Amino acid sequence: MEPFTHRSLLDIEGLMKVDVERILDTAEAFLQVSRRPVRKVPTLRGKTVINLFYEASTRTRTSFELAGKRLSADVINMSVSASSVKKGETLQDTCRTLEAMHPDVIVIRHAASGAPSYVASKIRCSVINAGDGMHAHPTQALLDAFTIRRAKGTLDKLVVTIVGDISHSRVARSNAHLLNLFGCEVRVVGPRTLLPAAVDSLGVRVFDRLEEALEGADVVMVLRIQSERLEGALLPSLREYARTFGIGPRTIGLAKPDAIIMHPGPMNRGVEIESIIADGERSVVLEQVEAGVAVRMALLYLFAGEASEPPAVGEAD
Amino acid sequence: MVVFRSPRLEALGVFSHTPPNVARIQKVVLDADAIQRSIRRIAVAILEATSGIEGLTLVGIRRGGVPLSQRIADEIAKVEGRPPPLGTVDISLYRDDAATALPNPKIGPSDIPFDMSGRHVVLVDDVLHTGRTVRAAIECLQDHGRPARVWLAALCDRGGRELPIAADFVGRVIDMEPGGRLDVWVDAAGPDRVVLTERE
Repeated sequence: MEPFTHRSLLDIEGLMKVDVERILDTAEAFLQVSRRPVRKVPTLRGKTVINLFYEASTRTRTSFELAGKRLSADVINMSVSASSVKKGETLQDTCRTLEAMHPDVIVIRHAASGAPSYVASKIRCSVINAGDGMHAHPTQALLDAFTIRRAKGTLDKLVVTIVGDISHSRVARSNAHLLNLFGCEVRVVGPRTLLPAAVDSLGVRVFDRLEEALEGADVVMVLRIQSERLEGALLPSLREYARTFGIGPRTIGLAKPDAIIMHPGPMNRGVEIESIIADGERSVVLEQVEAGVAVRMALLYLFAGEASEPPAVGEAD
Repeated sequence: MVVFRSPRLEALGVFSHTPPNVARIQKVVLDADAIQRSIRRIAVAILEATSGIEGLTLVGIRRGGVPLSQRIADEIAKVEGRPPPLGTVDISLYRDDAATALPNPKIGPSDIPFDMSGRHVVLVDDVLHTGRTVRAAIECLQDHGRPARVWLAALCDRGGRELPIAADFVGRVIDMEPGGRLDVWVDAAGPDRVVLTERE
């Protein structure tokens, strides 16, 4: 098997299909670790992982923290609130400070699209993008793919409908790129005001009506309505959104009988998804959470190893 | 050109091509009959040491130890009427060089579907060499409970230990040079055999 040569995970576009399969296969082994009585292996003993979060996030940060700890890495959480950024430290200076601490992996979430790739260019250790602005959220896409593959047995040529606020969603973007690698038909549906201008460049089919978009779907991904970002009157009201694009018993009947329902969380019950669906037997929301730890363990394992460092100049192969 | 194939190394993506200028000799050190006799002897010795099948568990170390543990269990079943429970461990995550191993090995499943606490566990591997694999397997085992006792069975002991580890049940001690290779086939198509490859 080829060694895993990627140094950082910035977006899905940087991965090939074999890379994705490698990550998901590795995650299978780690899923098992999380289900044992002793949920810890000594693999990354002596390695340091820094979680650098410029945006509030409980579940992604916790998931990375748990992933690192279950691999015996030392995990440090640095929550940088917007106010301390205003104190004046530039991202570059933060990078230098962190570099001096000799971490092996930096996990970064930032409100600015492209911040993780900037950090990766300034620092020698591995960088994992845990969500940047409206750009990418590759670990979410990978854990979604892992969940789908376990539920459906395959990722190839599925019909996946993504419902909701596509334009602000890095989750939708990363998922579309990943699913396209496997020849899936990716459909997006939502109010026109919440579809990005160049939506076609994502390689997706765009629908205006939820009913049409759901017909024959294998997977329904419901996105969170980020009410904090919708103050610019992009939506008339949450009630109207719930009526038109909310996933409930009536609309879900149009998808395939064995379709699974996904949500990256946190859910707005009664807005984008009704409770009876969120808690129903076709919902894999909690499987997604479990998959998140396994996939992030796989990524830390693949990135924190010295094998993933680029060879020194002059060193053969 | 002759290509020496090792299933274990191929799993890691390593293929060994004989350098054209280095003469190598290959010798079958154990044939199918000898392997079968060794397995039977190990099975009987295990039963004697653990005084019967009660509380006994065989755990094969992936990958070479897994088919071997199955074969030992078959022999035990001939004596006791039923085989002992079987498990497997994958030591990738427990290697002392896990973070530096190149290439990153594919991690296989550890399959221990029961609590190990209080049981007599026999770890099974095909070749005992440095002892590092066994050390990792013991650590992995302990994450699944606290066995009453852990034993070690190996089809071949080739020496070259780098840790203070010894086998309790050995099929054959093989005297060989440090640079040599020992390949075990017990599950493949074709006859069972153990092949020694050394410089001439």
